[in-house]
Amino acid sequence: MARAHGDHRGRPLVAITGIGVVTCLGHGVRDNWSKLTSGQSGIRPITRFSTEGLKTTIAGTVDGLCDAPYSAADLSAAMAEAAAHEAIAQAAIGESGAFPGRLIVATPPSELEWPHLRALYAAGSGEPEGGYARLLSAARSGTFGDMARHVRFASIAGRLQERFGTRGAPLSVCTACASGATTIQLGAEAIRRGDVGAALCIGTDATVHPEGLIRFSLLSALSTRNHPAECASKPFSKDRDGFVMAEGAGALVLEDYDRARARGVRVLGIVRGCGEKADHYHRTRSEPSGAAIIGAIRKTLDDAGLAPEDIDYINAHGTSTPENDKMEYVSLRSVLGERVSEVPISSNKSMIGHTLIAAGAVEAVFSVMTMQTGTLPPTINYDTPDPELPLDVVANVRRDATVTTMLSNSFGFGGQNVCLALSTEPI
Amino acid sequence: MRGNDHENEVWITGVGLVSSLGEGVEAHARILSGEQPCAACVDETTFAPYPVHPLVPLTLSKQIPKNSDQRQMEGWQRLGVYAAGLALEDAQIKGCADLLDRMDLIVAAGSGERDTAVDCKVLEMSGASDSAPLRASEILPSALRPTLFLAQLSNLLAGNISIVHHVTGSSRTFMGEEMAGLSAIDNAFQRIAAGQSEMCLVGGAVNAEREDLLLAYELGHNLWRHSFERIEQRAQRGGGFVPGSVGAFLVLEQRRHAERRSARAYARVTAVGTDRMRRTNVEANPFACVSNLIDETVAGSTGAVFSGASGVAPVTAAEFAFLDELKRRAQIEYVWPYGNILGHAVEAHFPAGIALAALAQHSGRVSRTLLGECPGRFSSVDRIIVTGVGHERGEGVAVIDGIPTRGANGI
Repeated sequence: MARAHGDHRGRPLVAITGIGVVTCLGHGVRDNWSKLTSGQSGIRPITRFSTEGLKTTIAGTVDGLCDAPYSAADLSAAMAEAAAHEAIAQAAIGESGAFPGRLIVATPPSELEWPHLRALYAAGSGEPEGGYARLLSAARSGTFGDMARHVRFASIAGRLQERFGTRGAPLSVCTACASGATTIQLGAEAIRRGDVGAALCIGTDATVHPEGLIRFSLLSALSTRNHPAECASKPFSKDRDGFVMAEGAGALVLEDYDRARARGVRVLGIVRGCGEKADHYHRTRSEPSGAAIIGAIRKTLDDAGLAPEDIDYINAHGTSTPENDKMEYVSLRSVLGERVSEVPISSNKSMIGHTLIAAGAVEAVFSVMTMQTGTLPPTINYDTPDPELPLDVVANVRRDATVTTMLSNSFGFGGQNVCLALSTEPI
Repeated sequence: MRGNDHENEVWITGVGLVSSLGEGVEAHARILSGEQPCAACVDETTFAPYPVHPLVPLTLSKQIPKNSDQRQMEGWQRLGVYAAGLALEDAQIKGCADLLDRMDLIVAAGSGERDTAVDCKVLEMSGASDSAPLRASEILPSALRPTLFLAQLSNLLAGNISIVHHVTGSSRTFMGEEMAGLSAIDNAFQRIAAGQSEMCLVGGAVNAEREDLLLAYELGHNLWRHSFERIEQRAQRGGGFVPGSVGAFLVLEQRRHAERRSARAYARVTAVGTDRMRRTNVEANPFACVSNLIDETVAGSTGAVFSGASGVAPVTAAEFAFLDELKRRAQIEYVWPYGNILGHAVEAHFPAGIALAALAQHSGRVSRTLLGECPGRFSSVDRIIVTGVGHERGEGVAVIDGIPTRGANGI
């Protein structure tokens, strides 16, 4: 049967039919969107653990969602469930607990945290050797089997698969801070191949714990402007000094556009194209010319069948680190030319911080809302524009604009660069 | 699962394999053919009571020339970057800037490595008291190095491969223990077969000689805690896997692309199927999800199974029972759990099995001694099915066929 709607290469169009989100601003799309568009920040002093002696004492934590004692794996799973539940409900797809497609999820590092190590250390006190031999002896006792889920990358995907009844083997993916966007790319590719009719794409990250904070601190990546907390994340400002760690989850239901139309569901947006390019310059920095980022943007436009002048708006990666924001500007200028200072751009991270593994998915959800509502969320704390980055930053207050086609950028350590081109439903 | 059309056939044009048995194609091919007798290389003392298959010593500078790059990595990353370099060299792609710029990188990775000495120091200083987080604040900032964090990030094996070998078309890292390897191979296969990629460097690496890795799996009671036994023999004593240090990378290439650059091919990947079933009924056929694929692919052929069984009970016994049934029905000739010689390489295990199958297809025969049958004779190889059954989750198969002779195809 001939396809009713194909893209410029005759591939199936990929529709977004459901979105869900959890961030430090709140739970659910409606709550988040109203706070995000009114310029509210979710960044605050960390209360989860003592920050005494740490250079950075603020973050965008997600509180009140998970009853269990904090652990990155459990909170990440709970947030992913909440976001996915919201997205599936909106898409009204499949029977309850039987999502008719694949699960693709990006999850944070899978590791034992200090409370786990401490419990094992205490239980292994009979072991004369100490050190890891002592921890292994405790593990051998068999009483800590429940702890294994913290060191199994597949455990969050497994839990989500069982909860939502997704089909086939779930994919767990990591492209560092581009991971959320990669889940969408993988979903779109699978739909274009015809492997699946739908995909549940989720990014989730809840790693605000002492070691998580210290690790980024050692890489000099975090803002140390702790007071007032809500003013620390200032993407594209001259006095930006690093990102603010944050937690969150974003979920999107992707669907073959024809199928979505056939079942009469509202189409929220289209994944027009995806592109990625890896950098070989440095583990944590981009090649100074921006070649890899430029490559990712150009591949995205090419995949989407778009020209640079088709882009109405940009949801920036905009982490608020000196390095990222400069490289993002340099790369956008290279692709958009003079128009770079005319295309409005926002960084959601000014309000929700950097949700790391989840960022690409969370920001794709907000990108969909931007197109749906014609409201560009602001970049707050933009009081001292960086003269080196002449961009049309949506400064401090939201702006109304019709957006039909936009770009969402995601970049990560390890030379990961992923971009998405999103658009409104074709008429 | 997907079969593939002629032009988009998925060919294996490069193999990079490093294990306890040696490094490179020839070392492993000699073992497969029986030219070199194979005794599993196992260290039973260093991590007692856990035996492990230790990595063969490597001259890292052969694949990672800069010391500064070596210093920025931990063991699993060095091993993976090394194996990736071997695969690129084997495919005659190494150093070809235009090809590397377009090549897609797909890595199966785990959690990376912790600095166990730092962990122990913090625990010793804080004892079992609640002050560990505080100690962590005091000690970690001085004890941790930024590079250690980068050693823990799953996608930094891929990142280092991009930096050292300049593979930059795209870069994706899959996780989920054995499912990481299944997902990586599946993603490479599906993309090439659908024309979404022309060539992929795909694989993974596991450094088994690590206490933090052993701790993670001992928490789940997944390890074999006795002197070494073959995988088939472990069920009576509760089962368990013996971790093996392995770096396994493959160059998978679209047939048209491979022929255009006159690449040598070992074999082709004819089909890949993956799933993750709920193992509530562990006696169930672990391949229920992909049994259609198995049925289709073994019908009427003299196939061999390179089983990725881990030795963990009871799923290993269930896999063997299923495969025995296929044997009884004469759908397959023999079953070889390749983890008996490599150890269980978790994320890298499925890619390693496909690497071995590719080498076996290329020589066209496998030593029956190795297979535990009829010493001294060879078994011809028609079709090889590589299985991957996760110790806890994930099941998959890949079908590896020979490359038809060019004359027969009229090329």
